[in-house]
Amino acid sequence: MIAALATPLLRFAGVRIEAAGRARAGSAPLLDDLSFDVAPGEFVAVVGESGSGKTLAARSILNLLPDGVRRVAGRIELEGRDLTQLSGPDMRKIRGAQIGMVFQEPMVSLNPAMTIGRQLAEGLQLHRQLSRGEIRRHSLAMLERVRMNDPVRCLSAFPHEFSGGMRQRIMLAAVLLLKPKLLIADEPTTALDTLSQREVLELMVELAHDEGAAVLLITHDLGLVARYTERAIVLEKGRLMESGTTRQILTDPRNPYTQRLVASLRGGITAGTAVPASEPIVVQVRNACIEYPGRPGLWRAGTPTQVVHGVDLDVRSGEIVAIVGASGSGKTTLGRAILDLKPLAAGSIRFDGIELARMTPAQRKQFRRSAQLVFQDPYSSLNPRLRVRDIVAATLRHADIDAAERAARVDAVLDEVGLASFGDRFPHQMSGGQRQRVAIARAVVCRPRLVVADEPVSALDMTIQQQVLALFRELQGQYGFACLFITHDLALVRQIAARVVVMSGGVVVEEGPVPSVFNDPRHKYTRELLAATPALEAAALVS
Amino acid sequence: MLSYILKRLLLTLPTLSLVSLAVFLLIRLIPGDPALVLLGEGADAAALAGVRADLGLDHPLPVQFVSWLQHALRGDLGRSIVSGEPVAGLILQRFGLTAAVVLVAVTAATVIAASAGLIAAWRRNSAIDLAVVGAATVVLAIPSFWLGMVLLLLFGLKLGWLPFVGYIPFSESAMQAMLFLVMPVMTLTITESGVLTRMMRSSSIDVLQLDYVTHARAKGLSERVVLTRHVFPNAFAPTLTLVGLTLGHLLGGIAVIETVFTLPGLGRLMVDSVLARDYPVVQGCLLFTAVVYVVVNLLVDLCYPLFDPRVTAR
Amino acid sequence: MMDRLGHVGLNALVGIPLVGALLATIGIGLFWMPYDPIAIDLTHPLGSPGLRHWFGTDEFGRDVLSRSMLGARISVLVALATVAVAITVGTALGLLAGYLRGWTDRLLMMITDAVLAFPGILLALALIAVLGSSDGSIVLALSTAYTPSVVRVVRATVLSIREREFIEASRTAGDSPLETIARHILPNVLPPVVVLATSLFGWAMLSESALSFLGVKVPPPAPTWGNMLSESRPYMDVASWLSIVPGLCIAGTLLGVNLLGDALRDWLDPWRET
Repeated sequence: MIAALATPLLRFAGVRIEAAGRARAGSAPLLDDLSFDVAPGEFVAVVGESGSGKTLAARSILNLLPDGVRRVAGRIELEGRDLTQLSGPDMRKIRGAQIGMVFQEPMVSLNPAMTIGRQLAEGLQLHRQLSRGEIRRHSLAMLERVRMNDPVRCLSAFPHEFSGGMRQRIMLAAVLLLKPKLLIADEPTTALDTLSQREVLELMVELAHDEGAAVLLITHDLGLVARYTERAIVLEKGRLMESGTTRQILTDPRNPYTQRLVASLRGGITAGTAVPASEPIVVQVRNACIEYPGRPGLWRAGTPTQVVHGVDLDVRSGEIVAIVGASGSGKTTLGRAILDLKPLAAGSIRFDGIELARMTPAQRKQFRRSAQLVFQDPYSSLNPRLRVRDIVAATLRHADIDAAERAARVDAVLDEVGLASFGDRFPHQMSGGQRQRVAIARAVVCRPRLVVADEPVSALDMTIQQQVLALFRELQGQYGFACLFITHDLALVRQIAARVVVMSGGVVVEEGPVPSVFNDPRHKYTRELLAATPALEAAALVS
Repeated sequence: MLSYILKRLLLTLPTLSLVSLAVFLLIRLIPGDPALVLLGEGADAAALAGVRADLGLDHPLPVQFVSWLQHALRGDLGRSIVSGEPVAGLILQRFGLTAAVVLVAVTAATVIAASAGLIAAWRRNSAIDLAVVGAATVVLAIPSFWLGMVLLLLFGLKLGWLPFVGYIPFSESAMQAMLFLVMPVMTLTITESGVLTRMMRSSSIDVLQLDYVTHARAKGLSERVVLTRHVFPNAFAPTLTLVGLTLGHLLGGIAVIETVFTLPGLGRLMVDSVLARDYPVVQGCLLFTAVVYVVVNLLVDLCYPLFDPRVTAR
Repeated sequence: MMDRLGHVGLNALVGIPLVGALLATIGIGLFWMPYDPIAIDLTHPLGSPGLRHWFGTDEFGRDVLSRSMLGARISVLVALATVAVAITVGTALGLLAGYLRGWTDRLLMMITDAVLAFPGILLALALIAVLGSSDGSIVLALSTAYTPSVVRVVRATVLSIREREFIEASRTAGDSPLETIARHILPNVLPPVVVLATSLFGWAMLSESALSFLGVKVPPPAPTWGNMLSESRPYMDVASWLSIVPGLCIAGTLLGVNLLGDALRDWLDPWRET
């Protein structure tokens, strides 16, 4: 009761955001009648998928909405003071000093033309009258707190000299240096790999606690919500679906959309089953080493860097094997080599017993039809100038069938992936999930023996992820192709694969049936990876 | 940084070699005796023999090229057929005037373009933006020689504010010389500002959408500081490259503007030599222009890290 | 999105009529002109614009409108030929450089760097000095000067396209390199090339006019906009229409072509919202 009477730190009251201009007139608002409170020092998540309006809500607090988007109704209060009524100069006194903001893309959220030191100093100069010496001292102390290795050197360095995770820590330092009462973190770790994601978030929580700052975490990832926040607000298409304590939302969701979201965390897909050793081996990789050509100098070729060092792998007919690892682990490169898109520097890869490098033209033609690839990026994997029908038919171009049969097969497969009426569309006329269905249709239309799926759902929203994954699993069951499922996301592995191969630094560090690797990881790296995947904990919580 | 400078210096070598090879071969494309071509009809036998010996015409082409290059590197570009003066001297004599007009005009155009483009992008789709884009598009379509003629007609003939045509060297009267150069500079400034403004506007639009600009605003910085400190340096880098390309080409002569205002610049020298078939001068001008272009772009590339420190890491 | 559609509309709205007017003028001029553009009538020198001669007459009493109509044909033909040569050669070399990479690429880039060191007009002047003055040598010179920019645009597009995943998809489907180029790379290279072609057309017209203006083209009986301008200079104060009409012709055409190029660039964007 007392808490309810105290003035909240942040209060949204009936906030409505619309797109300006004729094009959107009459269409639904981007954010409709949003109300919620954040108490001082509280950690609150705003959860939603793309188009939910969660980022707009965050940006409206500091009046930083993009061009063409306006807040048309509602109040946003900071400690009882209505921010929407502030003049420009008054708002600028709030920005940075009272409310700090961390952005999603560490690669573009620091100015590439300024040293880290100048960027840190900027806020201090503006909001606090400090001497140059004091500014330097404060900056160094803060860089130390975010565990930068060499704070002094860091001050005179430029952003491009740091990795994504380090830049995000520098961002945290820049924002928390001003001791804001509220930290808005907009998908702060989405662009990072699993291990740096954990590092950055733990640091954020620790520093915010120390400073007594409240955190508004904008995210699509229920795993992060479960691990790091006390309360959550769920948005869909600009509407508030549900709000409550994180625990209640995860264990007892009341709104149908929230229920679906939580269900996607649990996963409703039957994972592939282990196949008996009697099944024939489709892919046999022995001691595979793969190199990238180095950057050529002015007059000489570069020295190649080896990215995969002596990997062994078997995939049996009908089996789903997951390869997990961080970016740079060599997992994608290995997948490309298995499809003969990358040459081996040493070792061998056999497909149905025939070595890739020694195939006759006829065998190669057969191989091209039997082994297919599904890509991660649904924007880049479909030729923007071809219609869906032609994209799918392209796989059958070299098959010995006539035009009528080819058209019939294309129609049939589009029907199977739920895109029967989409044959004449261009890729840009479809959503990400629909595009990924096209990519799957293209891979399965020629009834392959093997599909390499490289992060096939990573670019999609959680609920869409589940649908596409379910479709993929269904087609796999129906056609019985072997599948190499490449991903960085351990939660997905548990949902779909029977066997998992963990890669790090170009070598396989652990391999085995999914349950035993997950429950009893042997290798240190696997354990770190498991610990850094909050969705697994959250899934355990909800089921 | 040092390796960036070295690499950039090394990269000019193949370009310079190819450029000089092309200029050298140009004269060989003309049918007939190159010595006769270089000295013109009616040259006496002794001079012809001298040139033949100089060029080593009885030697194979590669040897001739090397010898020609050695002369060129020593600043010996031959003599004009028409006046008999050394080509290098002629070029340097004319270059000062062209360089003065071009440097002032390109600097002015860059200042105009950088500010207009930045403001148009900042206030995108506003009346200011429409005016800037409209003006830049129209300017882009107006030929410089016509613009020069229109200015002459207006300020020279109708209003009588500025001296009409001709030129007084700086050495005689600096004041007068500057008055004569107002209209050429104005013409060139207007002409060149069109492309630069469009470039600056589109790169500013790209930069304004990046997170670090929002981050700068979220720190509480004023719009003026956001624009000058965070947007400008990043948006200006691509424009700077274009300024380099423009400068490099214009310094070789602004033939049409020099013709309109009857200025004795480098461009006019080239045109007159073409008309008079004064091949050594044509060859010299061509080589000089290309070398200036390469040097200017080298200088611009060396300034580039000031605006975008990432290039030195590549 | 609003912004882009708005601009496409405005660009096309002004650009298409201007280019249409140019083409119509050329078309009509093939069959009919008010007067013989090269017939001298010394009884009516420097006649001001009026009902008989809409745009007046020049110092030899020749009709300015008819001369402008004929001038349009020559300027456009030279520009078209230049663009055709530069685009064909440039696209082929750009595809080679971008697809093969390695030494082919490095060599081609060195050559384009060297050619780019010469301004187009200067290159044309030099070739005219060597080959003699003709429309042929102007086309040769200007297309040589512009080919490097085509090579660079095509090469850059190929380099970005070949990193896209649908190129790998084409390989997994069993396409040969030539099939991949023809089906997947070329169609994605063409739109920027079309946009570039409109710019090149404008530059070529401008350069041709400038060369005529400089008087390095053999003075032909047939007029061009550039030499009409150049011949008008002694009469600027008494017969300003002689300078204004051809100048407006060049500026109007360039404006139309540039705007059309801007509109095309937006239309041909595959990610354009529908």
